Amino acid sequence: MTAYTSNRRDFLKKLAVTTGGGLLLGFNMLDANAGTMSVLGETTLDAAGSELRFNAYLAISPDNVITIFSPNPELGQNIKTSFPMIVAEELDADWTAVKVLQAPLDKRFDRQLTGGSGAIPHSWERLRKAGAAARRMLMEAAAKRWQCDVSTLRTEKGKVISTTGQSLNYGDLATDASTLTAPTDVKLKDIRDFKLIGTAVANVEADNIYSGKPLFGIDFYREGMVYAVIQRAPAFGTRIKSVDDTAARAVSGVLDVVTFKTNVAIVGTSTWQVMKARKLLKVEYEIDGSNLLENSSDHDRRFKEMLDSPEAVVRRKDGDVTTAFSQAAKVITREYQCPFLSHSPMEPMNFFAHVRPDGVELIGPTQTPDLARNEVAKLLNVSADSITVDITRLGGGFGRRLKADYVLEAAELSSLIRKPVKVIWSREDDMTGGSYRPAVRYRFSAALDGAGNLIGYKLRGVGINTANSTREDNFPSGAVDHLLIDSVEYKSPITVGAWRAPITNFLAFAEQSFLDEVATASGKDPIRFRLELLEKAKKSPVGAIKYDIDRMMGVIKLAQEKSGWGRKDVSQGFSVYFSHRSYVAQVADVAMEQNRPVIRKIHAAIDCGVVVNVAGANQQVRGGVVDGLGHALFGNLTFKDGAAEQKNFNNYRLIRFREVPEVDVHFVNNGIDPTGLGEPALPPTGGAVANAIFKATGQRLYNQPFNVQEPMKSVRLGEKI
Amino acid sequence: MAHYKLTINGRGYEADVEPDTPLLWVLRDSLGLVGTKFGCGIAQCGACTVHLNGKAIKACSFPVSGVGSNKVTTIEGLSENGDHPVQQAWKEVDVAQCGYCQTGQIMTATALLSQYPHPTNEQIESAMQGNICRCGSYHKIREAVVLASTKMK
Repeated sequence: MTAYTSNRRDFLKKLAVTTGGGLLLGFNMLDANAGTMSVLGETTLDAAGSELRFNAYLAISPDNVITIFSPNPELGQNIKTSFPMIVAEELDADWTAVKVLQAPLDKRFDRQLTGGSGAIPHSWERLRKAGAAARRMLMEAAAKRWQCDVSTLRTEKGKVISTTGQSLNYGDLATDASTLTAPTDVKLKDIRDFKLIGTAVANVEADNIYSGKPLFGIDFYREGMVYAVIQRAPAFGTRIKSVDDTAARAVSGVLDVVTFKTNVAIVGTSTWQVMKARKLLKVEYEIDGSNLLENSSDHDRRFKEMLDSPEAVVRRKDGDVTTAFSQAAKVITREYQCPFLSHSPMEPMNFFAHVRPDGVELIGPTQTPDLARNEVAKLLNVSADSITVDITRLGGGFGRRLKADYVLEAAELSSLIRKPVKVIWSREDDMTGGSYRPAVRYRFSAALDGAGNLIGYKLRGVGINTANSTREDNFPSGAVDHLLIDSVEYKSPITVGAWRAPITNFLAFAEQSFLDEVATASGKDPIRFRLELLEKAKKSPVGAIKYDIDRMMGVIKLAQEKSGWGRKDVSQGFSVYFSHRSYVAQVADVAMEQNRPVIRKIHAAIDCGVVVNVAGANQQVRGGVVDGLGHALFGNLTFKDGAAEQKNFNNYRLIRFREVPEVDVHFVNNGIDPTGLGEPALPPTGGAVANAIFKATGQRLYNQPFNVQEPMKSVRLGEKI
Repeated sequence: MAHYKLTINGRGYEADVEPDTPLLWVLRDSLGLVGTKFGCGIAQCGACTVHLNGKAIKACSFPVSGVGSNKVTTIEGLSENGDHPVQQAWKEVDVAQCGYCQTGQIMTATALLSQYPHPTNEQIESAMQGNICRCGSYHKIREAVVLASTKMK
């Protein structure tokens, strides 16, 4: 456990002593909203004195406060509410008595990261067991006190109750219970007995968010810390040739200018001062080794070459595609391409680091605190045990904060200047600094027999810095007798990283657009076409089937029913996708208004197993659809001479308020263990929309973003789409 | 360096900063009012929205030297206990995902509702168009604005 007393004291001190920055006058500082809490919340050590820890996830105080520690970083997927709900369910706690704290990085937790839609699927059972074990201990303590058989007792809303009507709240029993040995084998609830899971529970951080409390890494302040911004190499594939920092050093508030690797850091006493000084830096760069300064047009050209490359890595091969295609009555070949995307979480990258002789303190927004610690340990050549990582709330992540680059920079800078430092990225730094969703191009081919049956299927993926840009076991693999899926990697100095629903965020669009076109060519309804393939995969599977056919059929049928598929008042497009263990089908409704296609509504049907928090789950799906739609329509990061051409939201367009259609959400809720929801709703959206636009206009969209192609070229900022 | 006397949330503050310092950084770095967020620095995303005499402005692009005797309201000053009708509506609708943009969204919505207590869809859309929510909570933002309009006196 890391020892932090509340940051409040630091903050108040800061307010009192700051002279270069500002001075607060005229009222009692303790009354101020600002600085009355820490970005880290109350600390585990503060809690330890008064609360009895039952296990890594749970402490109960004698005065009946149930504290649940949420280990995984919160970036908007609502985990800080849904994780504790699962513990509280099995504990039979009174939710109103539950206090939730973000746990720091701690070896007692397993997979303490946020990514891959995996937190709840991974932790579901261990969270339930943590709650159930503590409940059992509390019941045993009550049985001892009442001298009765534990099996006669029951629990309800934070109380143990006997057959004679005696009752004690958990706080009364906490001291006794915490000395008992935790049971290793506890019975979990029948899911039909869930009281909290499956309801709509409000965000536990609501009051703090809506009143502007310091919650995020960027809000963190520590007395004595300095601020830094870093100028990184502006083009991928370059390094520093020379640095003239004379003018920057002369700016008031600048304490130091430090050059390391390809970075020049300006260190000072406030964010604005270092930002201003940075503009006065004169840094010359040169090409690093044999790197090329790439343009987007180079990518386009190389993609086309590599689609025909003989050097592909075969990912899956069923039957004999050569023969199938030579015997086909009809062959359809189509190509799809997407550009790079920036993650652009609203909170720009930032991290606090304090490298001291006796240890390293890291505080900030990260999806992977463990990776951050291990990489910093390696960089500074110190033991990982001497590093603490505290996890603040993340102002979005989308995969960007799975990387530790921005943590490493802060740690390296702190070790060089021997000061506690908070490094802040500007939006331009964030957008030009790399770790993008890579640009990818696909070529799909389908062979149809005379009756319109799909007898052969080929997919070649070319991805930049992506070894396998396919998901070879995805539908329709398993349903086609002759199939070949392979990939080629294109190595580039431009850095890439996981972007929400990696690979599938674009592959799903390409695949589902292609299948729609194949269905049309075979004269079949797009839903009927897919259901027939799934039935075939069920009856006579070809090779391994890595998706659950019934679950996929389930969401298809739910979307079909809820959207009123086949309606004539709107043009409907369909898409279904299996990603990250969950299944999502979507139908987009498009209508023509003034000769332009307008997206009226998107219907989403989801099978993610048990829905933990109905409110949070709904929001994840709607947010995922909006994210998928926005980036399919507008997302476009292009390169010139190795540098990103879009640097801020003035020319890197994100979806805005007016551009969002209605989204209807329907869950299958079939009672199976949760299979994840952070990403699955995003991938199918682009395909459903493109297929609906085709229905409405007769025009197919093959590339993203849509708004650079007809018929979507006319979408202007702020218009209904 | 210049000396500024500012009226923020009905209280007096003083700051010694460069005249071109955006109000955003005076609030955040000098005064510890960190509810106003940094998002883009060029008035494109709305995360830094505050009120100047009740009107929504983007604090990232508003120099402190331009504030003068005008009254600044930040999210911290919207209500004593976080119970302004707009904040209440945001809570009832359970709007936030990551939550980073929401203080700016609330400040924009509050300025809209003080000008038009019962705004049309078009007025809501025009006002909210300048605030980006990267998580895509727009549906709930719309619901919350509409709910808040029923709560405004």
